Amino acid sequence: MSSNHKRLSMGGRIDREQPVDFTFDGRKLAGYRGDTLASALLANGVTLVGRSFKYHRPRGIFSAGPEEPNALVTLGIAGRREPNLPATTLELADGMVAESQNRWPSLAFDVQSANGLLAPFLSAGFYYKTFMGPTRRAWMFYEHFIRKAAGLGRAGTDPDPDRYEVRHAFADVAIIGGGPAGLSAARAAAAAGARVALIEQDFLLGGQLLAEPSDSAAAAWLRQTEAELESSETVALMKRTTAFGIYDGNVIGLVEQRDPTNRQPVGEARQTFTMLRARSIVFATGAIERPMVFSNNDRPGVMLASAARTYLNRFAVLPGKKIIVATSNDGAWRTAFDLAAAGAEVTVADLRASLPAALVAEAAQFGVVVRAATHIVDLRGGHAVRRATLNGPDGQSEAACDLVCVSGGWSPTVHLTSHLGIKPAYRDDIGGFVPGAFAADRFGAGSMMGAYSTAGAIEDGHRAGTQAASFCGKSGPAPTPSKLDLGETAAAQLREVLPAGRGKAFVDFQMDVTTGDIELAHREGYESVEHLKRYTTLGMGTDQGKTSNFPALAAMATLRNATIPETGATTFRPPYTPVAIGTLAGRAIGHHFKPIRRTPMHDWHMTNGAEMLEVGLWMRPYFYKQSGRDVNEAYVAEMRNARQAASLMDISTLGKIDVQGPDAAIFLDRVYANGFAKLPVGRARYGVMLRDDGIVFDDGTTTRLAENRFFMTTSTAKAADVLSRLEFLLDTAWPDLRVAVTSVSDEWAAMSVAGPKSRAILSAAFPALDVSDAALAHMGLLESEWRGRALRILRLSYSGERAYEIYVGATAGEQLWSRLLEAGRPFDLKPYGVEALGALRVEKGHVAGPEIDGRTTLDDLGLGRMAGKRTGFVGDVLRRRPAFQAPDRQRLVGLECIEEGKRLRGGAILFLPGEKPYGHGRGRVTSVTFSPERGRYVGLALLAGDVASEGSEIVAVYPMKTETVRARIVSPVFLDPQGERLHG
Amino acid sequence: MLRIECPCCGPRDHDEFRYGGDASVTRPAHDDPDPEAWYRYVYVRTNPAGLHREFWQHVIGCRQWLVVERDTRNHAIASVDLARKLSARKSPARKPPA
Repeated sequence: MSSNHKRLSMGGRIDREQPVDFTFDGRKLAGYRGDTLASALLANGVTLVGRSFKYHRPRGIFSAGPEEPNALVTLGIAGRREPNLPATTLELADGMVAESQNRWPSLAFDVQSANGLLAPFLSAGFYYKTFMGPTRRAWMFYEHFIRKAAGLGRAGTDPDPDRYEVRHAFADVAIIGGGPAGLSAARAAAAAGARVALIEQDFLLGGQLLAEPSDSAAAAWLRQTEAELESSETVALMKRTTAFGIYDGNVIGLVEQRDPTNRQPVGEARQTFTMLRARSIVFATGAIERPMVFSNNDRPGVMLASAARTYLNRFAVLPGKKIIVATSNDGAWRTAFDLAAAGAEVTVADLRASLPAALVAEAAQFGVVVRAATHIVDLRGGHAVRRATLNGPDGQSEAACDLVCVSGGWSPTVHLTSHLGIKPAYRDDIGGFVPGAFAADRFGAGSMMGAYSTAGAIEDGHRAGTQAASFCGKSGPAPTPSKLDLGETAAAQLREVLPAGRGKAFVDFQMDVTTGDIELAHREGYESVEHLKRYTTLGMGTDQGKTSNFPALAAMATLRNATIPETGATTFRPPYTPVAIGTLAGRAIGHHFKPIRRTPMHDWHMTNGAEMLEVGLWMRPYFYKQSGRDVNEAYVAEMRNARQAASLMDISTLGKIDVQGPDAAIFLDRVYANGFAKLPVGRARYGVMLRDDGIVFDDGTTTRLAENRFFMTTSTAKAADVLSRLEFLLDTAWPDLRVAVTSVSDEWAAMSVAGPKSRAILSAAFPALDVSDAALAHMGLLESEWRGRALRILRLSYSGERAYEIYVGATAGEQLWSRLLEAGRPFDLKPYGVEALGALRVEKGHVAGPEIDGRTTLDDLGLGRMAGKRTGFVGDVLRRRPAFQAPDRQRLVGLECIEEGKRLRGGAILFLPGEKPYGHGRGRVTSVTFSPERGRYVGLALLAGDVASEGSEIVAVYPMKTETVRARIVSPVFLDPQGERLHG
Repeated sequence: MLRIECPCCGPRDHDEFRYGGDASVTRPAHDDPDPEAWYRYVYVRTNPAGLHREFWQHVIGCRQWLVVERDTRNHAIASVDLARKLSARKSPARKPPA
């Protein structure tokens, strides 16, 4: 058959000058610019476009919008492959490659459609009843096969070559929906002086007006209004943009599709995620037509009445020649008239016994056959409908047909307002749910508020737009309301549930939920809508039950003999339509996933053999490859060098805080558990901070630079938390203290030289400075300049060796680092990484992150003497609570591995010898290292105080590797307990 | 997304802020030795359905600690003020050291 044989020669909003080639399941087809994939398929006579989720039933195109439950396709190839896209929302573009889904080996012949024959076994709850409970083992076996058989399209596994963007936007008034109400609202709000964002999911503005003939008064109104808005400088027309979620603070999540007809989208993102912040919102989201429920109502060729009218008038496609329009309201009659005018043979089967005389008269003019009090009972036809069984006042009759248009009334689109927690309220007069009460900055307009006529929607939009602008303080002169009356009569909404025939009558097409399933759920007690939903999977498809929600509620209400409001409504959640994760991520993928912090010496590490390690956001040298073949060999070599000669470490990641003010000393005295008030100028002190609850918060050193000025360092991990905490105390607890705290972490490069030869190296590197022990004693400070930058040398030790921390203006960091290495070459100065750093401190018995883990107190860590009898510091009172003094409280101990050839592991659980290794044990190993000093593995552990007697044995169990190793409890200081090395 | 009207910086996304807990509890004086007072301050919370006073710090901004009154039922923010201003009212300025 010739291409586009269902296309009319005239009319529509397609450009016949611009043919567009595409493929569907490999078949080459053609459409026109302005088509959707769905309209182009219909124009080519393709009625079968997919298979259903569970029963693999043949399905066609049901709607003309984002509510589409059936016509889901996979678009694109390789990395650009995207599954489960409704063909009804895909703008046709040259070279488009679309595939049908959930069929094998082909769409027309699908092996699993045999599932339909097994249907009696596949009812709601079948899988769970059969495979869960006592037969759970069976489920484990069958699940794989069942999952494979069910489902929709498959995503590609290749990397996606396209780019996605995230952006932020602002507006006074956001208007969601570009139909008559939204357009009218935009016009009014813009005239009042508001900055307006008009959001429309389609690539054309107009909403339901696009279903009107292209030469009608409606089309003229649309052209004029659109031109008016386009010329306005304060209106952003956002087409191809879906508002998928509304969040607190009037933040609207938008996804914009790239114009697919742009052949050279250089640099253009495929999709853009916009977070739009609006001062007020107008919801003009329209309404979705309801299907009718009867046997085999899912056959290809069954379509919503409004969709058929859209295909006819917007896309110039006449989808059938012999058409039955089944309806319960006036609206669908217009579809019948337009189809008849286009040359089709049309019968209207209206449920209602008494029909409006005006419509009946108009039907006669168009040659439309009218049958009152008549409904469809059953349909026949496999890949396309062929015959309908009708039930009317004269009993049942058969009628041939190739298209069935259905309309069970309309449901306002209340999804987005539901996201805000606005419960839908049932309105009897329109037989549907509208949003409940809005907050002052939100407005509804048009059919989503139940104003179904075009004239009403435009009037309503005008009002809402004016009010929304006025909420933002914009109340310029109102424009004359524009008017358009299409003379629609009120759409009465029947909710009768019809007796179905013998075949399956579908309520949710995408999830294959039938009236039978709802009856079963009711019979088994799943009466609440939320239970119904979960038991039958109703509304859980990618379409979120846009067409199925109301018919299901109506069916359940009938079964329960209850009203619709008594039956209740389900809660719609974001997203309104599926959103690709990649769109939300935007460019924050790969190494852009999170920020990376590099120290001033980063480039040197990279070019000098450092293996880097992510530490929070920081990149730090883990070890240097020249130190050994792997990390274990390298760190021991780096440790040895620090103990025997000297080693250089990049410590720029430490938090650095400048504390100034007349009350700075008093402030630090309250912040630290140990005293700082009497710290002399030019001296540093190790300090520990507690939380209010008495748990250790962080440790570091603070140096008194001057009477009222201190330089604080924090751990790398807690830098931000400590600063924030200090600011909190100053802002909220002690606003009377005259102190300012400022982060100077990024202003200073920092490096430490540790080892017996460190002083000699400093002398060589800074020949002008006196670094003798007399001038720079342990815990002393030396301030100077180096190459024009500030220089601070602190004599502090973390490793237990004589050591110096050198701080220099960040931009000179790499130069000074290189200078130190050069000056240190005769002394065997070598760089070392964080693994060796950690090992050195374990050997020295210093606690760090693994011990200061948010659960330990000063006493637990053996630091109780630091606070002594001091009072009045943060955490002072609660640290003394009785529970912290319990005899079995876990305290810091040292462990020494006593089994030859075995090792300790961090995280191992500690048990007494002979005790069954079960449960949480008596404690755990927190940090371990191989100790070159002791020639074996040593570690720090937290162990219950009542069993932690030095010299006794303990068993460390590591279930992850089924290892058990014996260890001896020793002092946590494995090296130089007298601290002679610090001074030597 | 909450939008918090920072007194220094204007309305900003809550991503720019750090939550700092309940602002309705009273912190004992730094040298208050009463464990009961500290226990109440650290652990006892009312968890209201309605207006809640809470601390937020504008960390990616002016770094001021703020007291925000937020309705826990709908996230509507009734007021935002500088914590320093509110706490200074409660504790009169200490005499400068002699």
